[in-house]
Order: sequence, then C-alpha cells, then structure tokens
Amino acid sequence: MSPALSLRDAFATRAILAVNFLSRVTVGGSGTVIGGRVGLALAPRLLEDLAAPRTVVLVSGTNGKTTTTAMIAAGWGGDVATNETGSNMPPGHVAALASSRSSRAVLEVDESWMSSVTPATSPRVIVLLNLSRDQLDRANEVRQIAERWRTLLSVGDGAMVVANANDPLVVYAAELAANVAWCDVPTPWNTDAVSCPRCTLPLRFADGSWWSECGFSKPLNVATTLSNELTVRGNLLRLDLRLPGAFNEANAAMALTALTYLEVDPHEALARVNELESVAGRFSLRRWRGHQLRLLLAKNPAGFTAMLNTLKDDESDIWVAINARVADGKDPSWLYDVPFEKLRGHRVYCFGDRRLDLATRLDYAGVDYVVVSDEASLPRSGEVIDVLSNYTAFQDWRKKSAPC
Amino acid sequence: MLKIALVYPELLGTYGDGGNALVLGERARRRGIEVDVLRVGIGDHMPDASLYLLGGGEDGPQRLGADLLRESSFAARVRDGKHVLAVCAGLQILGTSFAVEGDDEYEGLGLVTAVTRRGLTRAVGELLVRRGREVLVGFENHGGRTEIGSGVEPFGLVERGRGNDGVVDGYCTATIWASYAHGPVLAMNPWLADEILSRVLERELEPLDSIADDLYAERRNAILHSTESSRRP
Repeated sequence: MSPALSLRDAFATRAILAVNFLSRVTVGGSGTVIGGRVGLALAPRLLEDLAAPRTVVLVSGTNGKTTTTAMIAAGWGGDVATNETGSNMPPGHVAALASSRSSRAVLEVDESWMSSVTPATSPRVIVLLNLSRDQLDRANEVRQIAERWRTLLSVGDGAMVVANANDPLVVYAAELAANVAWCDVPTPWNTDAVSCPRCTLPLRFADGSWWSECGFSKPLNVATTLSNELTVRGNLLRLDLRLPGAFNEANAAMALTALTYLEVDPHEALARVNELESVAGRFSLRRWRGHQLRLLLAKNPAGFTAMLNTLKDDESDIWVAINARVADGKDPSWLYDVPFEKLRGHRVYCFGDRRLDLATRLDYAGVDYVVVSDEASLPRSGEVIDVLSNYTAFQDWRKKSAPC
Repeated sequence: MLKIALVYPELLGTYGDGGNALVLGERARRRGIEVDVLRVGIGDHMPDASLYLLGGGEDGPQRLGADLLRESSFAARVRDGKHVLAVCAGLQILGTSFAVEGDDEYEGLGLVTAVTRRGLTRAVGELLVRRGREVLVGFENHGGRTEIGSGVEPFGLVERGRGNDGVVDGYCTATIWASYAHGPVLAMNPWLADEILSRVLERELEPLDSIADDLYAERRNAILHSTESSRRP
C-alpha cells in the first residue's frame, strides 16, 4: 500500500493502528472507530487514498449488511480487508483498510453514508440488499434514503450494482444505474413499500411479482434467482449454509452474485460461504451462568420477523432483550410491527432496559411472559436457549457471556 | 359489538401505530365486551365503525392517505358522530392543511381547524403532555408545527417535547382525540385507552390491571427525570 500514500496518510494510518491498539488494551474497546476518527482528523482524504489501490465492494441495506459482507469476504478467499465488527461509517472503513495490506476490500456501509463513501472508494461492485424501517428516531424516512441512492447511482460510472429485485425501494434506487444485476430473492417484508416510490399510488404484490399503475414494476431481466434452487448468472448452485434462516440464503445469493463480478469461481465461492458458521458473534453458541445460549441479533421489524421464523416450533423458553439506546434508536414503537403473536405457546423471558415495553407487547399479544429483574434466579433447562436481542442488548450479551 | 377500524395501516402505520387497535381490542375483550377490529386497506370500502384509528406516515403515504380518505365516506361518518383517534400524520390529515414534499398547503379533511406548517427543525424525542389530571407519555417524530383554531381545545399541555408548538399538543373535540404522541401511544397510556373506550361505549369501565400500568409508571418517571428531553419550541 505504502507507495500510494502520502507522508500525511502514512502517519495517519500508523496513528489509527496505535490508537486502536491502545483502545483495545486499555479500555477493552473493540478498537475500530476511535482510531478511524483520529486518522480522518489527521488526513481527511484518507479513505480515498487507502481505497484507491484496491478492488472495493460496498454492501448496504437495512438488514443483512454484516452477514453479507462476511459472506463476500469469505467467498472471495484469502486475505480481504473488511470492517467485520460492523463499524459501518468512514472511521470504521479507514480503520479496516489501515489494518490490512490486502488489495481487496469489502465494506459494509450505513445506508445514510453511501452517498459519500461511494465516490470516496470507487467500488467495483455495490450490493443493495433491502430498505425498511429501522431506528425511526434517526434516519427515519426510508424513502429519502432510496431517493438519495437513486441520485447517487444515476451518475455513478463503473460500479456493478447487485440489487434486490423484490424490494421496490431498492429497485427505485438502482433502476437508473448503468450496470445492474437484479437478484430475485425472497423478501417477505414489503410493508414499507405499499405506495409506489415513483407515483405514490398503491403497489400491487401478487404471484411473486409487484407493479404499480404508472408502469414501475419488478425488473424482468434478473441475473440471480433463489427459490427452491439458486441460479447465479446461469450457474446452478447448491446452498447448504451452516448459518440459519431463509434470510441468510437471500444474503448468500446476493453475495455469490457479487463475487461472480470479481471473477471468483461461483462453485469455489459457494463452498466457502456454506462453511461460514458465525458472523461477528451472531448465531454463536455462548455460555452464561450455567446456561447455554444461542445469540441472535434482530434490530428492526423486518429483522425480528425473519428471526422469529427461524425459531423452533416447540414450547421452549425464549429470552428476548430490548434496549432503546442511541445506537438502537430511542423509540421502541417498532415492537408493535413485529408479529410476536408467533411466540404463543412459548414462555418469553423479558430482558433489557425496555423489558416492560416488551412485556406489555407480549401481554397484548397473548404470549406468556416473565419480566426478569433477578438474573440469578432463572430456571436451568439444559437445552440451548435462543436469545434474541436488538443491537446494544446483543452487545451486552456478548460481553457477559463466554464462548462454549 | 364494538367495531374499531384501523384505517390504511399500510400508509399510516409507520411507527407501530397498529398497536393502538390491538390495545383497545384487548382492553375491551378483557372486560367481556365483544370487539371487532377491522383493517381498512387501500382500495377497501370505508366500513361502519364506532371508532376509527389513524396513525403516522411518511410524506408520500400521508398524501395518498389523505386523498383516499377524502374520496371515502370517512369525513361524513365522523361528522355523524363516529369517534377518531388520530396521531401524528393522522392529526395533520384531519385538519385544514398540512405540508408535504412539494406542497406547503396540502388540503386536509377540514374536520378541525388546524393548520400544519413545516417546522424549522424536526421534533424527535420523548413527549410528556398534561391532560387535566392525567399525564400522557409518548414519543414524537415529526417536522410539523400545528396551529389550532381559536375555538379548538388542545389535547393537552406540553411538559416535555414539542407537540404542536412546544406549548400545546394535538386537539380534541367531543369525538376526536389527536396527539403527536405516535405509534402505540395507547400501549404506554392505558388510562387514555380506557378514556376512549369509555366515551365510545358511553359507560364507566371497571379498572383493569395489567403490566401496562408498570410500563406507564416507569416511562413517566424516566421522562420526568431525563435530562435531555426538555421543551422543544
């Protein structure tokens, strides 16, 4: 990397590594964002300069960013620079690039940051997964994000855009891009796209398709199809993921599509993606106070709905932890957009700062619940317990539990 | 049979607003009252109901929701004495006019004199509103400043947050409750759910204990002691 970097950049890069190292050893931080901030303060064009000599892939969307990014990194094979801890704004990006010499990089990008990170990194491939309501107290208007992406992509030059054909907001965002590979992957959540982004008339959904009276409709020319089988640009691939959930199959389909545009053999990529077991601690088995836990992250209605569908259909106990801190979005109204009625028959233990909001939601849903105020007195079952938590609650569980 | 209509949840349901229908239905059922909660979708005929619920929505959906309501029998039914709970975008739609992208004076239904203009800033955060002897807790997220007509009674007085203008929140009439406290405001405020049920059913209701009372007490306490949410003019 060094020949491309100016003296200032080289100094800033060293500063990032030093600050992050200090952050990790002194305050036990994950050590990515703070160093990145320092680096950007020292060299404002650092992201451009660090990205310039590399082949870059960007991944954005409401749900599945971290997992899809990990799938692309794994599927690419070998050493790949990536912001695997999910720090998905420029400080996280420069930190990821500064700590790797690989000529290949895959970065997950916060939806609101695409407009600045894309020109800064000149990506070869951009993956757009989906857009739905998330953290409503902040980037609340998902349609505004779709509009900003549309403007960005309509003037973009070389990037291949790999986009979800079943998400009308993503299609609206990507339809003017010069090069698009549409992916026809199952996308159950379309509650945020009931009115057409072009004309505001109602969108119709039927028979795996969707359209509006103004002519805006699901793209016909798709590169990738995932139903019972997965076909990526003419290659029939057998998905056998170790990661659970139908939503991860959709993520894998889009990751594999992106990889074909990086000249990676799809069958070799598939084998590596299939083997991926856990992403940034998600889906991992942990132990805590004699309990065996499987930690599941779900941050918003679409993610929670998808996650509820992966739970076993038995009468097992389920633990759910809800916070409403800044990183979660401070408004937990979205609990009423999640079909918690599906949990009838289970007993749900309510954790987190907003456990009473959760308990009230479950009460009205007719689900048996326990508000946990004393963590020491939880019953031991011997079974692996699924723990669903939103963002900061998930981090709390990661911190207090240990690997199995 | 108590009929509650959840109106255009696909358009006016950005913030879990459908939760209000769930809460009202459950609180009635637990008192042995028969309830029918009707979901009114885009293109559906506006059904007869004792209570209509309108939630929040983004600009495009809000405009479409207003147009569909205008073409329906909704306003006639409300003038005829049917009840409405309207939050956020719903509050703006029932009024005289509101601001959406591309139009600062989009025509409302004119059921109440209330003009909503674009505020200088967005009001995002916790909301605390005094309504007589009660206190409403909630969360607001909107860019509007609403001016109600001189004869219109506000829903309550703002103690934290903005509501209409940092002084008062929403409005109410004999049959309409309107507040900027969006989403499942009735989940957090069981007393308001019961006030509405009682008025619609025209009778006193027996008290109903539930975990929602604990949530209400906790939120009220948390917002009162929060340092960050002060009044937002």
